[in-house]
Order: sequence, then C-alpha cells, then structure tokens
Amino acid sequence: MSLHALGEIGSTGGPEAVRMSFDGRAIVAVPGQSVGAALVSTGITAWRGTRKESRPRGLFCGIGICFDCLVTVDGEPNQRACLVEVREGMEIQGSCAQDVDSPQESDRGQK
Amino acid sequence: MSAAEKARTTHADVAVVGAGPAGLAAAVAAAEAGAFVVVVDAGTQPGGQFWRHRPETAVPNPDGKGHHGWRTYVDLRARFDTACQQGRITYFPGLQVWMAQKVEAGFIVRTTPTNAGCPGSGYHESGSTVLVPRLVLCPGGYDRQLPVPGWDLPGVMAAGGIQAFIKGNGALPGRRYVIAGTGPFLLPVAAGIADAGGKVVAVLESSSPTAWLPHLKAAAGVPGKALEGAEYAAIFAGHRIPYRTRSIVTEVLGAGRVHGVRTSKVDAEGKVRHGTEHVYEDIDVVGFGWGFTPQMELPLALGVETRLDADGSLVGVVDERQESTVPGLFLAGEVTGVGGASLAVLEGLAAGGSAAGNPGTGAASRDAARHRRFAEAMHRAHPIPEAWQDWLTPETIVCRCEEVTAGQITEARESLGARDARTLKSFTRAGMGWCQGRVCGFAAACLGTGHGNAPTAESLSASAKRPLSAPVAIGELAELETNNL
Repeated sequence: MSLHALGEIGSTGGPEAVRMSFDGRAIVAVPGQSVGAALVSTGITAWRGTRKESRPRGLFCGIGICFDCLVTVDGEPNQRACLVEVREGMEIQGSCAQDVDSPQESDRGQK
Repeated sequence: MSAAEKARTTHADVAVVGAGPAGLAAAVAAAEAGAFVVVVDAGTQPGGQFWRHRPETAVPNPDGKGHHGWRTYVDLRARFDTACQQGRITYFPGLQVWMAQKVEAGFIVRTTPTNAGCPGSGYHESGSTVLVPRLVLCPGGYDRQLPVPGWDLPGVMAAGGIQAFIKGNGALPGRRYVIAGTGPFLLPVAAGIADAGGKVVAVLESSSPTAWLPHLKAAAGVPGKALEGAEYAAIFAGHRIPYRTRSIVTEVLGAGRVHGVRTSKVDAEGKVRHGTEHVYEDIDVVGFGWGFTPQMELPLALGVETRLDADGSLVGVVDERQESTVPGLFLAGEVTGVGGASLAVLEGLAAGGSAAGNPGTGAASRDAARHRRFAEAMHRAHPIPEAWQDWLTPETIVCRCEEVTAGQITEARESLGARDARTLKSFTRAGMGWCQGRVCGFAAACLGTGHGNAPTAESLSASAKRPLSAPVAIGELAELETNNL
C-alpha cells in the first residue's frame, strides 16, 4: 500500500491522477480515494458551515454516520464526502460560511 | 406493495443486511447450507468497516497490510465470490436500508442508494426492495462519542474514522495526532497511524491499567488477543508513542480548525485533577473513541427485545442460534453486544446457518462464549468515566447537527423535567438533525439522567428509534403512502 502524506498528492499529481474541481479551483486526487480524503489531502479541512452559527465542518465520523461532511457533487446536494469516490471531471461544491453569507462574500467572489 | 415495487422486488430464502465480518460470514454460511441469499450492503465492496480497503477497481488484489484477521477475510470473500458465481448469493452493494418491516410472508427490506445521484457508486436499481421469510441483520456499529469543548472543530475525528480514512484511501488525514477516549481500540488506531507515517504525539486513556487486574482470567481465555496486545506494545515502543492512562482531553484548541489540545489527569471517577493540565501544540488531528454504539435502528424497527450490555450500549437479545425475539429475525455482530470482528464472524456463521435451517456446532458456540467473556472484561475495564459531564461547559456543543449546547440540555432537564432522550429531543432539538442522534444520542441520554448516572434502555431505545433508517427521496416515501402495506 502506498501512503501519501497530507498535501503530497495536491502538489504532485501524476499520470494516473484524477482531476476535479472544488469551488471552481482545480484539485487532483488518487484514483479510488473518497472526495473527503481528496479535499483533506489538498489541505482543505472544512467545506460546510452549520445552519445556525456557520461553524466550519469537514470529516468527522469518516464512515457515513454523522453527515458533517456533506458536499454538492456534480450539482447533487447533500452527498457524504467520506463515501463518494472521486471521478475525473467531478465538480465539488462546499457550502462554507464565508462563501454563503459572510460580509466578505463579494471580496471572495472576485478572487 | 405497489405494482411498481413488486416488479423490482427480489425474493430469496434469506436476506443479510451488512457485508462486514458478521454479514459476510452469515451470507456464506446460509448459502453453503443451501439457501438462496440476498446481501444488501451500504458499502461498494465487501469488508465493512473492519476490513475496509481501497476500492478494488483502483487497487486490485489488496495485500491486507494494516488489517487484522485478513486471512479470515480472504477465506470468507473467496467463499462469498464462489456463492455469487453459483447464483446462491445475489449481492447488492451501494444500497442502504431505509425501512425494514415485518409482514405475514416474512420481512420487507426497502433500500436506497448510499450515494444518490452519484453514478459509479455501484448500486443496482433492481435491488431496491427485498422480500424474504428470514432476515439476518449485521449492521455493525460506530465510535461512541462524548462531547468536550472544541470537539466540533475540523480536524477532530472519530478514532474509527481515522482508521477508515487510512484503510480506505491509503492516505493520512494529517501529520500530528492525539488519540483519546477509552478502550483497546485506541491502540490499533494509533498503531495504524504510526505505521502509515503519521506522528502520534500521545494516546490518552481515561481508564487505569490496574482496571484490568480483576479480569485477567477472562482475557487469558482468548490467547489471540494477548498476541495482538504484544504487537501493539511493540509498535508503540518502536514509534515512541506515549500511552498516558487516567488522562483525558479537556478541551480541543483552535480557530477554524484544530491546533492543539488541553489535557488533564483524572481520578478513578474521571474527575479532573487540578494542577495536572498539559497543552499539546501543533496538532492536526484529534481522534476520539469511547467504545462503540451498535446500529440498532433496524432491530428496533422490527420490535426485538433489547437489553443493556456491560458497556452501557443498547443491544438485541438473541438465543444461541442468534435468533432474536422476533421469529425469523437473526442478529449478529455488534448489535448483539460489542465484541469485535472475531466474535462477529462466529455469530455471523451461526446466524446464517440457523437462518438456512442448519444451526452450528457446540464447539463454535463455546468459542463465541470465550470471546464474549473477553469483551465483557474489556468493557468493565474501560467504562465511560462517571464524572464526564463535569468536563463540559454550558457552551459545549452536544448535538453537532442542531448545535444544541450542554447548557440548553441541562436547562431542559432542570426546568422542564426532560429526563429521557426523547423528551430532550422535543424540547431542545438534540438528535433531530441530519444524523438523527447517532452521534450525540448516548451523551444526550446521559445528560438527561444527570451526573454520574447511566442512561436506561428505554432512554437509549427512544433515541435510537428512527422511523427512517436513512435519508430517502420524497418520492420513495410518497409511493409508500399510496400503498396498501
């Protein structure tokens, strides 16, 4: 089993790498990885804001129980990032607080 | 059942829900005893959580590195694949059960894709409903959690979630780890991280090593477990992983994500010993595990008799053939008492064989009894600390989904008299969110009883009863309503 430490995949890629996007930004993953693992390996640890207090959330239970890691995959909302396998061309969208309703939204939109 | 549902219903002699150690064993035993078997599993390939491995489509022929009992898996998997080829087992991966129902002809099991709308997740539309005279439920369990200030920061994970991340992805979720909670499971989690190249800064065990002494006889009955323990000791020594007993995380530190933890020594009741505080800095990932919670919603939906096990978990009552108090319904694995994979396999074999009319031998049940004594010793040596509720502040989030705090729950208990998980839920919304109380249910039930008391079977049962066992599309529900069940 080859092990890739945090960040290593995101910086290298390789011929077998799966190319995807997260909130419009290009990321690469290893075939067979979960969306959650791909995000964390790219250094993205939170991709959802809670409803009331916009607290950041990412992976927690890692096995489909807690629903903390929900993402939108190819337009399909509320998918568990820990369970969905990466696929070439996949478009992943988070719902982090800053992207949804924070005062900095317009600033971020220009980046 | 509607005509449309009838058309996509699969009939068999036995249905097995789950394809982990218990489910795989049950399916194989039932098929080899001559039954036609349907296996429904939320995962995309057999193995469950214990034998989770990277997708075989991406990494064929897994070598089992980092796994225990991999030879058992390889054996069961070969027999499973053979039975599938012979048409004895019909395998529906990528489906989770959202409703199980007892009818005159047996059991109806309704399923929905685990990853709806994600093509390539391997599910079969045709497997959406199953009708069988006999049902074996092997849904397994998940890490039991106790809330602590800061535990909802990204970077905090269930101990089992870290292990699943490594096994399922061949990657690590961070660089520097603190693993905390109680129980022997913390050891393989830490060893797995170290083996994969991560730095385990500390393992904090709330219990004391002397808690083992009264239970040595039970432990000696399962020599394999002693070998496993020796193996972890060697890994801990090799990687210089500090194992601190009577120690807990009192607060997870960070802004936006984990940066560190504050820890403390505790006394035998779990009360913090002031002056023993310590801060670990530069931590990426904190793993918490306080034993396991069996997934009881399907057994409860079918009306099985339950009991409290030695670890305080709600489990199903079964006889020596693994049959529950509902005739034709068999249970195996963690839902009959948390006891690990070796026991789950023995129970699965017994359940599958019994469901197919071929109950097992006395030798197997004696072997299972030894494993159960070992598990009980383990539970008694690693209790939930009596004083854990003292670790909370009023602001500590208990229900992660609905963001309900410890203060709100205490208020509902003290002012409104809400003492069981169900009443607490209606007053505070704790357990009403996406996870339906799977994560906070145990803790909320403890908080309802007040300091130092363990929750009753009734309270745990109320929080684990879920009309829908998985989120479903509204169309699936609408179809039900128009049907004559």
